[in-house]
Amino acid sequence: MSKQKKMTLTLPLEEYVGAGNLACQGCGANLALRYVLKALGQRTVLCIPACCWAVIDGAFPHSCMSVPIYHCAFETAASTATGVKAGLQMVGDLETTVVAWAGDGGTFDIGLQALSGAAERNEDIIYVCYDNEAYMNTGIQRSSATPLGAWTTTTPVKFFKDQPKKDIDAIMAAHRIPYQATASTSYPEDLFKKTKKAKGIRGTKFIHIYAPCPTGWKSRPEDAIKLGRMVVQNGIFPLYEIENGEKYTLNMKIKDKKPIDEYLKLQGRFRHLKPEQIKGMQEEVDLAWARLLKKCETDGA
Amino acid sequence: MKKVIMGNHALSYGAMLSRSQVIAAYPITPQTQVVELLSEMCADGTLNAKFIKVESEHSAMAACIGASIAGARTFTATSSQGLALMHEMLHWSSGGRLPVVMGNINRSMAPGWSIWTDQNDSLSQRDTGWMQYYCASNQEVLDTVIQAFKVSEKLAIPSMVILDAFALSHTYEVVDIPDQAKVDAYLPPFNPPFRLTPDDPHAFGGLTGPEHYFELRYKLQKDMEKAPALIEETGREFEKMFGRYLGLVDAYRCEDAEIILVTSGTAGYTAHVAVDEMRGRGLKIGNLRMKVFRPFPFDTIRAILKKAKKVAVVDRNISYGYHGIFAQEVKAALLGHARVPVFSFIAGLGGRDITPASFREVVDYTVSRPEPEEEIAWIGVKK
Repeated sequence: MSKQKKMTLTLPLEEYVGAGNLACQGCGANLALRYVLKALGQRTVLCIPACCWAVIDGAFPHSCMSVPIYHCAFETAASTATGVKAGLQMVGDLETTVVAWAGDGGTFDIGLQALSGAAERNEDIIYVCYDNEAYMNTGIQRSSATPLGAWTTTTPVKFFKDQPKKDIDAIMAAHRIPYQATASTSYPEDLFKKTKKAKGIRGTKFIHIYAPCPTGWKSRPEDAIKLGRMVVQNGIFPLYEIENGEKYTLNMKIKDKKPIDEYLKLQGRFRHLKPEQIKGMQEEVDLAWARLLKKCETDGA
Repeated sequence: MKKVIMGNHALSYGAMLSRSQVIAAYPITPQTQVVELLSEMCADGTLNAKFIKVESEHSAMAACIGASIAGARTFTATSSQGLALMHEMLHWSSGGRLPVVMGNINRSMAPGWSIWTDQNDSLSQRDTGWMQYYCASNQEVLDTVIQAFKVSEKLAIPSMVILDAFALSHTYEVVDIPDQAKVDAYLPPFNPPFRLTPDDPHAFGGLTGPEHYFELRYKLQKDMEKAPALIEETGREFEKMFGRYLGLVDAYRCEDAEIILVTSGTAGYTAHVAVDEMRGRGLKIGNLRMKVFRPFPFDTIRAILKKAKKVAVVDRNISYGYHGIFAQEVKAALLGHARVPVFSFIAGLGGRDITPASFREVVDYTVSRPEPEEEIAWIGVKK
């Protein structure tokens, strides 16, 4: 008989996101919150603005969550979380982790002012942006997180998005907050580790999670994990941390950086792109990758 | 202890004596002294509170909402454009049943830029589900903040304590600052039945379908309807402890009055002066200064005004295309209860002075006509 291989669990078994929630098949946002809460545990409070997660947890009077949630206004994830933290402290709860849990529209666009304000004041909160690269909850409209070249319902194929994705991580780095990181739902151990680290740091923490959206990207639900890996390995969404806005660390080195073609092919939102357009996008990705390596002081391999 | 303080500082002392625990605010003229004094009080330990210096009024109210749902007593102050920017969050705080108390300094809406007083800022927020108290003296401002917390926390409905820009905000008056121990006895600590805590996890404010939403709003209205009686009750309790009654209205020489002026804010005190003067000329006139505008004190207003022969409402505000806002509401309240002609006057927009002479003009107009001849009579406007 062959030796039975034992699988080691790399994440806690505890679940804080219950079954019966309203996420679509293959939803990255759902995985993202599951992993983050595994790291943060029960003494956590979530402030959730308008975004997919405003719906995923279930309609009143039900909630699939075992941690408390305050559903807040679209542009107020950071400001509401600031108030919750202050309020909890004033009633003697110094321990609970307060999380602002927002989508890309609520972070890159409408909530950016409140986020900048909270970061500048260095409020003791964890701000997580799960980034599915468009307004998915309202039906796939472009946000400033939508990548160059992508189709959405407000950037139709004839007029696909012709601006690059806003560099939210650089914006947050300019605030010199103590800790920020990028993560992908396809690397749960990395996301878990970063969330744990954020929990142990006082001040504003920002975690930017790449969260595949099969519904909005016109991709297959079973490709969601694959896409979350490819996007890291082709350098479009590298995994790194920044401390105090200065110290960059590349968490996942790439020996053999893949071209972006395969990644684009798996998503209907890029189907209209011509080879020369893809070539242009590849050049942009390579330049951004080179800039990041310089900041991380590594050759990346 | 008696002190000579400005109206804005009366708000600060009210918030301090109420033991506000979280204050989130953004500066706007003419509100700034409210939060300047509060930030000093927080810094020197006079007040044990967190002061969050947010980057906008929208964030100020969002932070107040967050603090309130976490179980902390919460205060802020703003004015005009700042209040307008908060609009969305005003619905959020009342809809979320969070008893935030806010000072608002009545300042005209731009453009053109104006820092002077009128009531269109707060009256534009009439339907947001906040209680509104219009004050006429610095003492009333301080006392009302304390009372507002008590009423708000009992009903889980937020309150706006309102005072005129400059006419009150920057005017110094003698104010009795009550003892902390007595205020503590009047206003117990905030202890809401539900709060955001991992010890008792709930989801607040999530997706609410047509099978539930309607009832939530019905309950808000039903609790709002309890407010007039509660304001009178807490006002009498306040009088027992501090010697000053805080009621829904301030009815001055209305008992035998044939013409009753309806006023609000500092113009309400100016009207007292005009009433005394005209009483001296033999006119049977009184002044009903409306303090509480939301909830609308139907019973009190009807009981007082139905005895008059004519009612003259002086509004420092306007609903464009309609009337002054107090006038339209007074008319609606009297319909079916009293056949009294109601005259609608607009005066003092953008901080133009309302003087005893303005009220003489109002009364002359009202005396000389059996019924209003036009929808609005304008006082002191260059036509």
